[in-house]
Amino acid sequence: MEENVLEGLECVYVKPDTLTDKYQHYCPGCGHGVVHKVLMEVIEELGIQDKTIGVAPVGCSVFAYNYMNVDMQEAAHGRASAVATGVKRVLPDKYVYSYQGDGDLAAIGTGETIHTVNRGENILMIFINNGIYGMTGGQMAPTSLPGQVTSTTPYGRDPKKIGYPLKITDLLANLPGAYYVTRQAVHTPNAVRKLKKAIKNSFEYQLLDRGTCFIEVVSNCPSGWKMTPVDTIKYLEEEMLPQYPLGDLKVPQNN
Amino acid sequence: MTKEIRLMKGNEALAEASIRAGLQAYFGYPITPQSEVLEYFAEQAPKRGFTVLQAESEVASINMVFGAAGAGARVMTSSSSPGISLMQEGLSYIAAGELPCLIVNVNRGGPGLGTIQPGQGDYFQSTKGGGHGDYHLIVLAPSSVQEMADFVFEGFKLAEKYRNPVMILTDGALGQMMEKVELPPEGSLPYVRPEWATTGKAATRERNIVTTLFIEPEVMEQVNIKLQKKYTEICEKEVRYETINCEDAEIVLCAYGLSARISQKAMDLAREGGIKAGIFRPITLYPYPYEILNKLAETADHFLDVEMNAGQMIEDVRLGVNGKKPVHFTGRMGGMIPDPEVIYQEIVKIVGKK
Ligand SMILES: Cc1ncc(C[n+]2csc(CCOP(=O)(O)OP(=O)(O)O)c2C)c(N)n1
Ligand code: SF4
Repeated sequence: MEENVLEGLECVYVKPDTLTDKYQHYCPGCGHGVVHKVLMEVIEELGIQDKTIGVAPVGCSVFAYNYMNVDMQEAAHGRASAVATGVKRVLPDKYVYSYQGDGDLAAIGTGETIHTVNRGENILMIFINNGIYGMTGGQMAPTSLPGQVTSTTPYGRDPKKIGYPLKITDLLANLPGAYYVTRQAVHTPNAVRKLKKAIKNSFEYQLLDRGTCFIEVVSNCPSGWKMTPVDTIKYLEEEMLPQYPLGDLKVPQNN
Repeated sequence: MTKEIRLMKGNEALAEASIRAGLQAYFGYPITPQSEVLEYFAEQAPKRGFTVLQAESEVASINMVFGAAGAGARVMTSSSSPGISLMQEGLSYIAAGELPCLIVNVNRGGPGLGTIQPGQGDYFQSTKGGGHGDYHLIVLAPSSVQEMADFVFEGFKLAEKYRNPVMILTDGALGQMMEKVELPPEGSLPYVRPEWATTGKAATRERNIVTTLFIEPEVMEQVNIKLQKKYTEICEKEVRYETINCEDAEIVLCAYGLSARISQKAMDLAREGGIKAGIFRPITLYPYPYEILNKLAETADHFLDVEMNAGQMIEDVRLGVNGKKPVHFTGRMGGMIPDPEVIYQEIVKIVGKK
């Protein structure tokens, strides 16, 4: 008989079935893992695992399908929202989400991003903004901050020469196709709770078929930022959040 | 609906045939000379219950095709040369992911923005892979409006049988010309949603994943070996071609699509002039009918490759003939159409009599 290691102890957390047992490859302290976890918790709590299709990007979360226990497709770099459009258009009764980093969604995939939201595709788009290209080794992202040192901006990002932080979420909130647009984070337990609520709402909104739900998650990249995980929290609060303030940018209208 | 005979433009016949073949979704972006395809679908979709979406670019269309095919739908896109160039990355992903779908290229003259007149300059990018990595599309080359319609059925069948993208490579003239076409009845091509499709993980099965990422080279090599095995099987089983008057031919004209039709006129002129000319017309450009060419090289003295480009298919003709007999070339480029009379003069020059 198996030994009950929990005997006498209170079980306070159980990993959802929607997360696989596979060891995640993310660096210690990285926000990707936290977002994966709450996303999968929501899918389990809503009981929609059998009706959900996810689309992974090219970026650090390219292997999301190894961890998320739902049917998934892995898209070309930048094209996750086009792939998700293809899925949703032929399976309109299913829940569809895409998951992308800032290079994927706001650089190479900007066209697809804007047009997906402009069509009001009835999907959830999750956008991880860590202000850097994690996967390829810490190059400048469209969302990198002015003065931010990256491997391709060794003297700091000079907006006059290579542009300003692209606030794509603000842009998207102006499109009539967007139904719910919000900017959240995962650097504190409270932020994680709020993100979870936003994800849950977004899946429920898919039943209404009113337009695209878009969630930006301001996240960290200890490896790319070359900081300890603890220091990234400080940097995120002091440097990232003033540029990317948290909160709803577009709230659903009841019409 | 039963079989029906209509007078139609090539592009429209192709679109109508697609609906009858049970098309579930079409994603495309306008470009001359194939915009009628999207227009036809846009008009018919609400009446006949399939999805049509005008995408923001060919890059988006081909990735929408990826998503819909991955979800198991019978799906297609169409474009013309510059748009097909933009789709190459997506086509490599679709081939790697082994997603069945149909791509139509109504070839126009290039390179660059080129001209909207018909061309065959996309032979290389269609038959040799086109995008990155080792892969092939199955490529069908119609030479009449009837075949524009028939090859849609053939294309979906092959795509689903082999889990491989299929391209119909045609050109602006075939797309625009009107001919009589017999259309098969709607619903005559059975469809079963494949079990590998991402439709939502049922409790009774493992999750389905569509991916083209195989990070360990040992695994990536195995994927390639599997793909190559599939291509070998396709080469063994799916070669299609037509030969006309080749039994006694001293010269065989090698041409596909519109060039093959023009070459037929040149062949007739030659026969009238006392030269025994024949035609070899590959219908599958991949897999290429090398074997029959090699056999023809036993009896014919010359091969004349006729194309609407600078000579692309000629490389495959040479591979087929394999040095047994001389292979000559004549053609026009940049949207110009070869003249049968000029081809005939070329034949006379080669065979050396009149
Ligand atoms: C067409 C193409 N260009 C470039 C790349 C290389 N590449 C892979 S991931 C990536 C950037 C990823 O950054 P981001 O989207 O911010 O995600 P993160 O890794 O930070 O999570 C790039 C440039 C690619 N895979 N495909
Ligand atoms: S490189 Fe950055 S984004 Fe990628 S896993 Fe590591 S910490 Fe996360």
